[in-house]
Amino acid sequence: MSVITANTATSSDINASFPSHEVMLDLKDLKKVYPTPKGDYVVLEHLNLQIKKEEFVTIIGHSGCGKTTMLSMIGGLNEISGGHISVLGKNIKGPGPDRGVIFQAPSLMPWMTALQNVLLGVNQVFPHATKAQRNDIAKYYLQKVGLEEAFNKRASELSQGMQQRVGIARAFAIKPKVLLLDEPFGMLDSLTRGELQDILIEIWNKEKITAVMITHDVDEAIFLADRVVMMTSGPRAKIGDVLNIDFERPRTRKAVLEHDDYYKYRKHLIDFLEH
Amino acid sequence: MSQSLTLNKISKFMGLGFISTLKDLFTGKLEKQDYAKFLRKFIVPIVSIFLFIGIWHMGAKALYNIEAEFKIEKALNEQGQAAADALKACIASGDISCQPNTLPSPAQVWDSYKSLLNDHRIISADKAAFKEKTAALNEKRIADGKDPIVYTGRPSFVDQIFRSLKTVFAGFFLAFLIAVPLGIFIGLSPTLKSAFNWFIQIFKPVSPVVWYLLVFMIVKTLLIDSSEDSSFTISFISVGLCSMWATLVNTAMGVSTVDKDYINVAKVLKLGPFQKVFKVVLPSSLPLIFTGLKITLSVAWMVLIAIELLAQSPGLGLFVWEEFQNGANDSNAKIIVAMFVIGIIGFLLDRLMLFIQNTVSFDKTDAI
Repeated sequence: MSVITANTATSSDINASFPSHEVMLDLKDLKKVYPTPKGDYVVLEHLNLQIKKEEFVTIIGHSGCGKTTMLSMIGGLNEISGGHISVLGKNIKGPGPDRGVIFQAPSLMPWMTALQNVLLGVNQVFPHATKAQRNDIAKYYLQKVGLEEAFNKRASELSQGMQQRVGIARAFAIKPKVLLLDEPFGMLDSLTRGELQDILIEIWNKEKITAVMITHDVDEAIFLADRVVMMTSGPRAKIGDVLNIDFERPRTRKAVLEHDDYYKYRKHLIDFLEH
Repeated sequence: MSQSLTLNKISKFMGLGFISTLKDLFTGKLEKQDYAKFLRKFIVPIVSIFLFIGIWHMGAKALYNIEAEFKIEKALNEQGQAAADALKACIASGDISCQPNTLPSPAQVWDSYKSLLNDHRIISADKAAFKEKTAALNEKRIADGKDPIVYTGRPSFVDQIFRSLKTVFAGFFLAFLIAVPLGIFIGLSPTLKSAFNWFIQIFKPVSPVVWYLLVFMIVKTLLIDSSEDSSFTISFISVGLCSMWATLVNTAMGVSTVDKDYINVAKVLKLGPFQKVFKVVLPSSLPLIFTGLKITLSVAWMVLIAIELLAQSPGLGLFVWEEFQNGANDSNAKIIVAMFVIGIIGFLLDRLMLFIQNTVSFDKTDAI
């Protein structure tokens, strides 16, 4: 514990509560139970987390602790067993385009082109825009992720990294209130991962969409986040610790790596994970 | 996206890759390591074809001898030595009136094939002559509001092939119209699935003959006042009902097992039911639907022969049956010709489906 107390300056109160007008996403006393033949298995319990508007939060924790369960509950793809999840004070009901999701697998429709994949969401969210306007929106975000050459390429023809770029464009193009990222770069090689982190943070700096991202990568967690949320190991996982990352934005990878606090943050996270 | 269609691409697309290997041989583009491939892909099948014909020839000869000896012995026992000697001489002379009736040799089958083609030429000429002769008369009859006179002569072998193809495609189309929409509904709704499951499980294994009888019972009553020939209607409906099960089951399975990621995307984007089906569910289950359609077409072609035979609907099935009943000297050889024609057309139909599947489907690696 001595390590953590040494870092209390950067570690925020895990039960910190913000003024309600600042809160975008609010998880209150969240609980998830999976019934099994041997009785109920409690994945999450007493999980409280508030995420502010325009905040980028990364979540780390051991495999199987319930990070993905939590994220898919926020996305409305997994039922809530107890407690509430609210976006801008309104309890969520099922999935919806106000919460965009970037999945671990790119999950593009392989029979559609990159543009059609992005349009699938855009058409849904902007039904009253003209066709040309919707096309422009989709093309704008594909350009942002560096795919101006691949508008009309089928998703199945794109590499894994390019597919995930389309996934990022698709999520931003529907202009969600909250962006949920479930280890989006976990399946990529480290070089591509770095590239995509840069692209993600570049778009995010422009759009400032509240983001919650799960990752296994400590460096990724620090580089992208305003706060890193650490989850305890399951069963009955909850928030274990929260670390504020006080680097200025926009950040560059080089500046972050050279910053004095970087290794302090890194040590804090690794100590938590190894604890 | 301008793709030039080369021979190479087409032949590969249709699963006939050996054609491009053959082309490479003649254009001298074949590399050393390609010779092993060429040997395996081209020489080995040719050798095996000759081997097959050789074994067939010897087998036919052996059967011929057994049948001949049996005939002579029978004549000896029943009519005495003189009759037996006469028969022996008759068989040896090659007279068609006393040939043993057994498995025909490859040469006999080839002769029959040529005679069937010749027959087709004669009938075609006859038909053309008839048409020319009745052209003026028919025009007048149509003007008078009467039915034109049509050629009612014997159909040739080639005519029967086309008639069979017509029946099989009509049946396949019927199967497609019933099985694909029904399969989609069953796949989408667990309630419909339990409602239809017993139905599918029980009727799937029913034999074509029974389907034919069922269709016969219904169509006979429905067309009771109609003067038209119902054999075509009965046979194509029976073919459709027999063959639709593979498509029904595959479509339902494809629709109900769409990748969960795609469904999640549809959920997050809140796609409506119509969009979900047409933009996500159907495209992703196309490979399985096509596998079902491919099975359906080959089953349709297979049961067609039996159903035509029962329904007395003109076509290859009826041809085979009539030749068998006919018992003429070259009947057996004609049956074997029909067998090869049926097999080759079945193979070509399968390739046709593969071609369509490759054109429509997104997943080009799935096709076998």
